[in-house]
Amino acid sequence: MSRRMWFLAGALLCANTAHADERPIVVGSKQFTESVILGELAVQKAQLAGVHAEHRRALGGTRILWEALVRGDIDAYPEYTGTILQELLPGTPPGSLETALAKNGVAVTPPLGFNNTYAIGMMPEVADRLGIRTISDLRRHPELTFGFANEFLDRADGWRSLKARYRLPQTNVRGLDHDLAYRALASGQIAATDLYSTDAEIRAHGLKVLEDDLHHFPRYDAVLVYRAVLKERAPEAVAAWNQLAGRIDEGAMIAMNAKAKLDHVPEGRVASEFIANTFGEKTGFVATSRAHRLWMRAKEHLALVAISLGAAILIGIPLGLWAAKRRQAGRVILAAVGVIQTVPSLALLVFMIPLLGIGTWPAIAALFLYSLLPIVRNTQQGITGIAGELRDSARALGLPAWTTLGRIELPLASPAILAGIKTSAVINVGTATLGALIGAGGFGQPILTGIRLADVGLILEGAVPAAVLALIVQALFDLLERIVVPRGLRLDRGRA
Amino acid sequence: MTTAFTLHQVSKRYGAHTALHPLDLTVEAGQRLVLIGPSGSGKSTLLRLMVGLDEASTGEVRFGQERVTADRSAALRRRLGYVVQGGGLFPHLTALENVSLVARHLGWDRERRLARASELAQLVRLPDDVLERYPIQLSGGQAQRVSLMRALMLDPEVLLLDEPLGALDPITRHELQTDLREIFQRLQKTVVMVTHDLGEALYFADRIVLMREGRIVQDGPPADLLERPADAFVTRFVRAQRAPLAEPGP
Repeated sequence: MSRRMWFLAGALLCANTAHADERPIVVGSKQFTESVILGELAVQKAQLAGVHAEHRRALGGTRILWEALVRGDIDAYPEYTGTILQELLPGTPPGSLETALAKNGVAVTPPLGFNNTYAIGMMPEVADRLGIRTISDLRRHPELTFGFANEFLDRADGWRSLKARYRLPQTNVRGLDHDLAYRALASGQIAATDLYSTDAEIRAHGLKVLEDDLHHFPRYDAVLVYRAVLKERAPEAVAAWNQLAGRIDEGAMIAMNAKAKLDHVPEGRVASEFIANTFGEKTGFVATSRAHRLWMRAKEHLALVAISLGAAILIGIPLGLWAAKRRQAGRVILAAVGVIQTVPSLALLVFMIPLLGIGTWPAIAALFLYSLLPIVRNTQQGITGIAGELRDSARALGLPAWTTLGRIELPLASPAILAGIKTSAVINVGTATLGALIGAGGFGQPILTGIRLADVGLILEGAVPAAVLALIVQALFDLLERIVVPRGLRLDRGRA
Repeated sequence: MTTAFTLHQVSKRYGAHTALHPLDLTVEAGQRLVLIGPSGSGKSTLLRLMVGLDEASTGEVRFGQERVTADRSAALRRRLGYVVQGGGLFPHLTALENVSLVARHLGWDRERRLARASELAQLVRLPDDVLERYPIQLSGGQAQRVSLMRALMLDPEVLLLDEPLGALDPITRHELQTDLREIFQRLQKTVVMVTHDLGEALYFADRIVLMREGRIVQDGPPADLLERPADAFVTRFVRAQRAPLAEPGP
């Protein structure tokens, strides 16, 4: 029976075949539509220049992208000059931007042509009623509730410095997803939010953009930042990106944002149309079919689950056995895996970024850690829960320890161990959707995009398969139970 | 007569609780010794020390010339057949698998295992087909017979039984008592058995050790217990067990 367990673990591991061929140029993008469109533009331009490039879309906020770039997890991503000067390399005079970036092994294209600065926006009726025209006017209304993108709350050039600069008295400030902020604004839950000046919603909702009368926000010229080594490794890609310089003005960017966000045109097509209109080049962009997308994501998702769960089984069962046999060590082991479990899964994923970067492996590492507790605990309890008279019998019979473990203890504990693995697997399938936050793909990807685009259909495209997968996993384990758990024990439970 | 067990100044403490005060005991080969006494008198503890399931706090236990310790070699354990209280059959193995577990580990081939199991099934009067069942599918009496078979599989020199008939209904118990005594007589093995039932003790034993609060109160042939009680406690213990006295003795 222990042999069967090993076989199972092995099969789970083999289910994934992660093959690394020649590494493509990886373009990342931040978690908002404009960045994804620019990322698509960068990828398609590189492909047109004959470079093998791929897009890791909507990876997260500025810090995640910047660190991924410096580490080499990604090769390029769209950024804004203001963000670099204020947030990434504070204290850099605007004139020496390129020198400062070079110190980090990073190069930058000339500005792409539009300034997407921060702005503060309100519903026009509310602003008119309260007589608010400038950001300074907000000082007179301390009772207002603000909702800001989480990134804006944390950034050096964000809410804190804005509040200090304008001496704003509001304390009722909450963080929320940038794309949800528009809905909160429209429904009156918040009175003001941070905007990007190229947001499609400004026109769509007719929002009032408050005047930055004290000139707090710097210029946020869009650029592509990339690893300096690309100049040698893929000069064609760099040349293609430099062609974008000055070609995207504010109107063009707002139009592209509106297409993607309001008309639900895939970002890839938006980018491809822009390239066709601007450069007369025809990209190979084809929108993938839903079935194909589902299949690709299912593969990504299953790889995340299978590898992390397989590793958790291989490590968790021996750890649980150890914990059962040595009480002192057991307490430490159970406390340790217990503490890991108390870390919110989202935080655990983000903790992985400085250690392992972004992408599939950090997500697998986080899921692995998250899957340990049920397996370790159930193994430990399964073994220590064996009746005293059975232990005595095994010892009195003179069976060696390893034989007792393999022939008596593991089979007797198998229902508990399997239940632990099942719990881990089901939790793992659900938690793996969060892997998309750090670029691991899977069914979380359409959920994230769906939230960004306020597209319920897309959210369901991720949520429904993830739920179905969890049910399938559960059913598979019920089936497996019939194979792995010895017949004598199943009879026992049938009768109880 | 050779000596099976020699216990010298053996005691057992569990933390602050003394389960067994230092005592000496010698069990001769071929003897049928019954350890009897009320709950908590230390009789099961004594048996566990003899099997090597527990380590004595002081003194030493010897089986023949060999010292019995809790971590002693598996080979020595196999010379002792032990039936744990409640039978201790492994629920995930069939009766046959339970019986032949150790033989299989020792590399007996299937034929030899089956032949021995069949021989033992006859001895304990169990139909062969019962051996295919799982413990949960056995009656209480059948389970005890299988436990006995398991203890006898390697033909041990000594049989040690901890309350083997404890949880059985009266009729099954009576049947099994009869069979068990016959088996003991046929095998002519050294037997050490723990019970709290005086009638049962009188029925099986050629020597009875009566215990109380971790000490041996009386040690001798069964008749002595009735005719020459060592103290008032023995008299009370004998009187307390009315019903079994009505049964015919050996």
